[in-house]
Parts: sequence; C-alpha cells; structure tokens
Amino acid sequence: MSPATLSFIVRRLAQVIPVVFAIATMNFVLVHLAPGDAADILAGMAGHATPEFVAQLRREFGLDLPLYQQFFIYMGKLLRFDLGFSYIQQTPVLNLILDRLPATVILMVSAIILAMTLGIVAGVTAAMRYGSWVDAVISVGALIVYATPVFWLGLMLIVLFAIKLGILPSGGMIEIGSGKSGLAYVLDVVWHLILPASSLALFYVAVYARLMRSSMLEIYTFDFIMTARAKGLPERTVAWSHAARNALLPVVTLAGVQLGHLLGGSILVETVFGWPGLGRLVFDALLQRDLNLLLGILFISSVVVVFANLLVDLLYGFLDPRIVHK
Amino acid sequence: MNKILDFWRRFRQNRAAVGGAAVLLIVLLVAAFGPWLYPTDPFDMVGRPISAPFGKFPLGTDISGRDILAGLIHGARVSLLIGIVASLCATVIGVTLGALAGYYGGLIDDLLMRSTEFFLTIPSFVLAVVIVAIFSPTVVTVTTAIAVVSWPSVARLARAEFIAQRDREYVQACRAMGMADWQIVLLQILPNALPPVIVVGSLMVATAILTESGLSFLGLGDPNVVSWGYMIGVARTVLRLAWWMAAIPGVTILITVLAINLVGEGLNDALNPRLKQR
Repeated sequence: MSPATLSFIVRRLAQVIPVVFAIATMNFVLVHLAPGDAADILAGMAGHATPEFVAQLRREFGLDLPLYQQFFIYMGKLLRFDLGFSYIQQTPVLNLILDRLPATVILMVSAIILAMTLGIVAGVTAAMRYGSWVDAVISVGALIVYATPVFWLGLMLIVLFAIKLGILPSGGMIEIGSGKSGLAYVLDVVWHLILPASSLALFYVAVYARLMRSSMLEIYTFDFIMTARAKGLPERTVAWSHAARNALLPVVTLAGVQLGHLLGGSILVETVFGWPGLGRLVFDALLQRDLNLLLGILFISSVVVVFANLLVDLLYGFLDPRIVHK
Repeated sequence: MNKILDFWRRFRQNRAAVGGAAVLLIVLLVAAFGPWLYPTDPFDMVGRPISAPFGKFPLGTDISGRDILAGLIHGARVSLLIGIVASLCATVIGVTLGALAGYYGGLIDDLLMRSTEFFLTIPSFVLAVVIVAIFSPTVVTVTTAIAVVSWPSVARLARAEFIAQRDREYVQACRAMGMADWQIVLLQILPNALPPVIVVGSLMVATAILTESGLSFLGLGDPNVVSWGYMIGVARTVLRLAWWMAAIPGVTILITVLAINLVGEGLNDALNPRLKQR
C-alpha cells in the first residue's frame, strides 16, 4: 500500500467522525421534538401516575436537567454504545438491533449482487443492440420497473410464485421446525431469500441497466473503441472487455450512493416477507410506538450506511487503478 | 405565447411524454372532480366484504366491504396532493440552499454542502418513518417528512447551476450596475438555472408518491384519508383469498408514477435541448 493510499484511508476515516456526530445530534433533536418524554410514556404504561411519580421518573432519567447537559449525557452514552432501553421489549435497544442486523445485511448484499449482475448484462445488451427491438424491450421494461412500488412487487411475487405456482416460500427466513443445520440450513435460507432479494433488486436492475446503457453508448463514441473494432476484434469482445469495463465506474458509484435508499427498500420488503431483519423491527416498533427503538434503528442504520460508503470509496481505488488519492 | 408554443413543439416530439401527460391529466381530473362524479364514501361499508371486481361494484369491495373504486378516486387526491406539495417544498428548500451555496461559495458553501451530503447518505426512508412516527401521522407530517428527505438532490443541482452562472458576463454587468445580491440571485440567475431544476422537481413528484405509498403501507398514513398505499396494506392480509385487492391500487400507483416519469423526461427534452444528444 502506497503512502498516498494510506493517508487517503486515514483522511477518509477522519471524515466519518463529524458525520457520525451529526447523526447523533439529529437523533437528539428528534427525541426532544417528540411530544412527551420517556417519563410520560412509562407513567402512561403504569396506568394511574401521580404528578409526583412522573417528576421522580424525570429526575431519575435526568430529564429535568438543562438541555445542554442532557446532550452531553446522551453523547457520552452513545460513545459507550449505549442506545438506551426498550421499555416495551424490556431489552437494551442495541441488543435488539444487533440481533436483527445480519438478516438485513444478507438481504441487502444479495439484492446488490443480483441487481448489479442483471442490470449490467441488460444495459450492455441494450447498448450492443442500440435501436433494435431488444433495446426497446429492455428500456420499456426498465421504465415500468422503475415506477413499481417495491412492497407491492413483493406482494405480487408472493401471489405468483408462492400462492398460484406454489414453488417458493411466501415468507420467513427458514422453514419453521425443520431443525436443519449445516449446508441444508444455508440452502434453506437461500431458498427463502429468492423472492425478497428479487423484489428488492428489481428496482435497481432498472436503475443500473439504464445507467449502464447510456454509459456504454457514450464510451462507444471514443476512439479506442474504433481502434478495437478496426483491429477486427469480435463485437462481443469490444463490448465486454473494452467498453463495459470503462462504463462500469458510474454504476459502482451510484450503487454506493444508493445504499441508504436500498436500506429503505429493505425495510418495506422485510415487512412484506416477514424477513427477520431491521425492517421487521421497525414495523414492530411502529405498532408498539417504541420511539427509543426507532431512533436507535435510525442511528445504527445511518452509521452502517456511512461506513459501507467508506468501504465503497476504498474499493473504488482497486477497481480503477488510475484513480490517484490526492 | 410564442415561448409556450415553442415549448409544446419540442415536448410533442417525445411521443411517450405526450402519452404520459395525457394519463397524468386523467389522474389529475379524477383527483379534482372524481369525488363529485362518484360520491361513494371510501370509508362506508357499502356491501359484502371481499366481493370480486366487475360485479355490483366496479372494482369490488375490500375486507370491510368498502368500495375499492371509491378508495382509488379519493386516494388519487391524497397521493397527488402529498406528492406535489412535498416536491414543491423540497424544491424551494433545495433551490434556496443551493443558490446560497453556489452564489457565495466559501464557508457557506462548505457548510451547506456537508449537510446536503449528510442527508443524501443517511437512509432517508428510515428518517421519514421516524419523523412521521414521532409526530403522529397526518397529511401535513407525511408531506413534511417527504420534503425533509427530498431536498438534497435539488440543492446539489441548483448549486452546480449557480456556480456555472455566477461569473458569467451578464452577472458581472449586474454587479457593476450595483444591483443587490438578492436581485441578481432571484431575478437574473434563477430564471437561467430553473430548467434543470424543473425537470428534477417533476421527477421528484414520482418518488414522493412512491415514498408516501410506502409510509401508508406501513400504517404511517393519515387515518382520516384513504391512500393507495394504505389500500395495499389492508389487502395484504387477504392475499391468498383475493389477490386483486392488492393488485388494483398497486397498478394505479405504477401507472401514475410511470406517467410522471415520462412527462419528466419530456420536460427534459423540451427544456434542456442542449442535453439531448441521442
């Protein structure tokens, strides 16, 4: 690793700190914008609460302190990874989230891989057959998918593949009570992953296909493509080895930028398929009005996206060695 | 008048956009006049629950025996209203911040662009969910939440436009004449920066409608009004029994969003002729 790359990594890591601080500040502001505080909620749960009892709770939680002191206490807690307590589920918020995070990550990563593969193939194919009926079908298909609500797509896939055809499971992550382990367990998860991952991926297939197509068409005008063709290389080689490699960069950039958006889609898809990730946790928290948990999810998911973005930035240099970190 | 004719001539060349505009016009008319032409209350239990479409009720009834067509018609109002107002607010916020950042540069630019990037990075749908959940779901909070998560893309675009314009000769001439900054920004640069902003703003309506439908699907819609996403959420419980109940509002959302996207692309062709290469 060159010194330039190393210093780039260090600087990029340093940039993350103010962002995480900003996320924490936003969370603090949101907590205090909410009507009623933790003491009100707990008192409400206890049924009949005297004003003295509520005041006592406020003192216990430090809610009677000046706002700036509460802010410092809040930040101190976050530094110790203390996201508060979910009084409804009687568990620390962080534990609830960490339990569910892996399932969401599995879903998101599968969706990205699926979307990238299909989107790139579709985009390159459309560009190779520019103006033909293949191009038209891909472009119109992308337009339609682009306008489809992700949760509705999930429901319709359930109707088709689980209810009508009966070939795929309609929800969950594993077959309940099957007691599978090892490879059988992994295959079972993959089996359950097909529909949710496809629902989540399809929108991005459209996005990447459109971007890849226009990116390819732009590259096709460059001289080095003409050279490759003049050398008598087969069109397939020109498209995939010469044009597509160069057209790929904008797609990777966009995929990185859209991680936050993908997480939003994941929440909806998980709700539809009963996938046991953060999305289901959001849905449960909404039903039970568990604001502490909701804010914790917002905080953790934001931090995860920020770090994933960092990772994409670092990978970028490996993908395109021409990029020099200044 | 000449300008409008010229615009229409260029817009017309994109056939898909004209088709999209026609569909959008129908949806707008339904939203405006539908409730008078089809006065059934979408919350009234008018018949047997889960009756199939094309029977006594044109599109059937839902699990509580409410007329689905009435729901679609009233839902059009809510979806379009929230989509358009949220996009307008987001555009105004985005243009204001983008103009300040682009015109003044320096520290203001740094500060505003860091916050724009911040809002672009964090999971916006989760933020919208939290905002609506904290303030209880009403049309106003849903609209506000969508506007809060939508402005950054406009801000970025507006900033780029203002940077491109701020040192042009006509701007320098205005400065030499002693024109105030706000006059230059509002009356001179803004009209030139507006075409791409209009395109992004119109496409944003489509995204806003999708976001609204997602929120109300999760149960974060205003309980006093019917919306398309809410109808899908209700139908979800009887998917095995009556798949069409979820399919109908979904197709409605799809067609509306598609129409808006097509119009947006047509606007792009008509307003930014330089950008249209292929």
